Amino acid sequence: MRGVAKAFGPTIALAGVDLEVAPGEVHALIGENGAGKSTLMKALAGAHQPDTGEMFLDGKPYTPDTPAAGRDAGVAMIYQELSLAPELTVAENIFLGIEPHIGPFLKLGEMRRRTKEALAQIGLDDLDPGAIVGTLSNAKQQLVEIARALIFDCRLLVLDEPTSSLTAKDIEKLFKLIRTLKSRGISIVYISHFLEEINEITDRFTVLRDGQTVGKGVTADTPTDQIIAMMVGRDVKDLYPRSERTPGEVVLEVSGLAGKLGLPANATLSLRRGEVLGVAGLMGAGRTEMARCIFGLDPVREGTIKVGGDPLMPRPDRGWKRGVGFLSEDRKTEGLATELSIADNTTLARLAGLGPAGLVTPGNQARACQPWIKKIPIKCFSAHAPVSSLSGGNQQKVAIARLLHADCDVLILDEPTRGIDVGSKAQVYKLIDDLAQGDPERGIAPKAVLMISSYLPELLGTCDRIQVMCRGVLGESHDIDKTDEHKIMMEATGAA
Amino acid sequence: MPDAVATQNQKDVLKTLIAILIKIAPFIGLIFVWLLFWSQLGSRFANVPTQTEILLQSTIIGIAALGATIIIIAGGIDLSVGSTIAMVSMVLAKILHSTSMSPTLAVVLGLLAAAACGLAIGAMVVGHVGRVVAVVVGLLAGMIWLPQQGLGLALSIPIGVVIAVGLWFLAGLTIRDLKLAPFIVTLGMMGIIRGLAKMVGVYGNEQASTQITPSRTTWIDKLNAFQNEGPFSFILSYFPISVLLFAGLAIAMALMLRFTKFGRHIYAIGSNEETARLCGVNIARTKILIYTLGIALAGVAGVLLFAKIGQGNATEAVGYELAVIAAVVIGGASLSGGEGSILGTVIGALIMQIVIVGCIKMDMDNYVQEIITGAIIVAAVALDQLRHRRPT
Repeated sequence: MRGVAKAFGPTIALAGVDLEVAPGEVHALIGENGAGKSTLMKALAGAHQPDTGEMFLDGKPYTPDTPAAGRDAGVAMIYQELSLAPELTVAENIFLGIEPHIGPFLKLGEMRRRTKEALAQIGLDDLDPGAIVGTLSNAKQQLVEIARALIFDCRLLVLDEPTSSLTAKDIEKLFKLIRTLKSRGISIVYISHFLEEINEITDRFTVLRDGQTVGKGVTADTPTDQIIAMMVGRDVKDLYPRSERTPGEVVLEVSGLAGKLGLPANATLSLRRGEVLGVAGLMGAGRTEMARCIFGLDPVREGTIKVGGDPLMPRPDRGWKRGVGFLSEDRKTEGLATELSIADNTTLARLAGLGPAGLVTPGNQARACQPWIKKIPIKCFSAHAPVSSLSGGNQQKVAIARLLHADCDVLILDEPTRGIDVGSKAQVYKLIDDLAQGDPERGIAPKAVLMISSYLPELLGTCDRIQVMCRGVLGESHDIDKTDEHKIMMEATGAA
Repeated sequence: MPDAVATQNQKDVLKTLIAILIKIAPFIGLIFVWLLFWSQLGSRFANVPTQTEILLQSTIIGIAALGATIIIIAGGIDLSVGSTIAMVSMVLAKILHSTSMSPTLAVVLGLLAAAACGLAIGAMVVGHVGRVVAVVVGLLAGMIWLPQQGLGLALSIPIGVVIAVGLWFLAGLTIRDLKLAPFIVTLGMMGIIRGLAKMVGVYGNEQASTQITPSRTTWIDKLNAFQNEGPFSFILSYFPISVLLFAGLAIAMALMLRFTKFGRHIYAIGSNEETARLCGVNIARTKILIYTLGIALAGVAGVLLFAKIGQGNATEAVGYELAVIAAVVIGGASLSGGEGSILGTVIGALIMQIVIVGCIKMDMDNYVQEIITGAIIVAAVALDQLRHRRPT
């Protein structure tokens, strides 16, 4: 692709991007949210037509005007959000829209046979083509999507954030598959936020910023710091601020917590005012479930929870009243009501006191969240704007503002930086640091933060202590200076 | 570049203008429809009696639609509206026909019957179907079946209570948290409540009938009347009580939605139930309250139906549920929840009534009016989609 540009009305999404992918190469496409990665890939797949610039496939001009045309030319795209029909079978999904047929009748036998072949190619020999897609795990669904691409005899496969919903084990499997495809001469464009993955799997990289190519190189020869610097356009030495903190009294005590649904199996922790406690672990280890049990979103089987020394029978409304706030890992389906306004979302957990006689006035709602909009800061037109009009990073900040408006002492943050760009991440880290430190001058007491994350560098960067969860059991607490990534991974995988 | 900036500004202004236009589209639609009939009929349409006629005729659908608005904003739906309206008219007629109870108490009982249906619907929606069955079976056994077997009420009512309590706990042990889709629950209740309405006409009557005409006249009959005498004639001679009731309830509901916690919770549940739960909203309690209040308002519409036709009629108000939903949707609510307003619903109800009255005045056949109303609904939904289209 050479000099590709695309504008949507006044918004310039792409301002001249160059991208070159060699046959049989895994090429990383890196950039913050909004840098233009998705637009570029949509142009490649034929979903958008670029305003200027040229694209070549195998040296020939390539001008797909629909996704179908892109597909026929051998370009397949696996979107971040899986695009399968969950009620249909694997075979029906793979052949959706290109069903082999005689007259009006499907060639069911051929569909089945070719599906089996495609699945075998990607190491899913044991998957029944008649299985209903909705019953499969996320990882398997993703592999089915890849199988769908292979049916087309694809030459270039685009993977958009393929690991965002996979467990570590499935990620390894995916990487193995990527290497197999690569050895067969298929080129792969790999889009990801996780620089560790990029280091592991990709050969070369291209960095986008503000719709332009700002850097490219060979992955193995480029230090990660340098790539980050290219992404954000500035030095990120201070990405993880951590001021001197002096932990105060214990505000949250959890002992022997077990969930009715199986996870967590046994969790014990104690959290002090003015500290950040990190919870590490693999996906599916039960970290989110632990947080949900503490907050009363999942049922508790046994164990005790104490807030400020007094027992808490977990239930969300009691949690908010006692100063415990929860930030969901899943902003879209749980964290935010996106049609509603910023003010509504911020104040929903604590509407008391926003009007006379127990009433709530929209004006007061907006005034209550105004300070947080300024302080966090949230980029928006007005507090009455719907949350859906914000970028991912700013949406996340609205979800955090809710905890601040509710005046929580204990902040349970589940994946607070998931799916937001590096710039917003830095702001969130800074905010967490500010909260843990409090503001003695203005009489704002330090908060206690429980932070769950799958991204070890950010845990190591922001937390004072870390506890690792493995198969539902929460391990001992480690001071941050006495542990490292290796030790945590050993414990998380049960090797320690 | 200044030129480009200028066009950009013009574009922005245009965009904002379009956004505002779409937002007030129901209002524009109201004025458009009114002007349309005015242009066709002139002073035959644009006169005070016709306008008050439109208001008067819109009260039944309108008040029921107020209730449906909160249900739809919360992401639910109610198909049992028409049956509830008919049922309440029957309950009123039955009481006024067979007892000497005061009409005020009869109205209260009629509204309670509607609220009980709403309570049952809400309970089934949030997962208490077993408990609803327990209460209903207990009631039927204690009040109807056992007495029919020759047992005295003194004995049969306690037995009914025991049966209800037993089933309640049994249900708690076995089929707890069986949440049912509101569409299906209210589809079922549409039949059940219609059946109950007819049952009122059969039970204890010498002659089974789907209509009951009460033996006395009461204040209820005056609800729709223009009153030219009395202390409030200055207003009641223009607006019958039913119209004032519609206006009062609409204002009350609008204020409730905008200025109370309950109102904000209704929007939150409709927009994203999980978020509401996360924020500590008691989903089950709030939803039960929404259906109870919403369907009690359908009960108010039932009282007005009784006032209008002067009798209870179990076969009246068939299909009203669709007219009610249409009014809410024309008013800009989204059937997927989270959006809608009382003002919009009132406008929606008025638009539909203007079309009906206008078509009658133009001596058009019934089918014309049905086609026009259908087209307006499609247009309203198209506008709704347009509003949701992401700016590109």
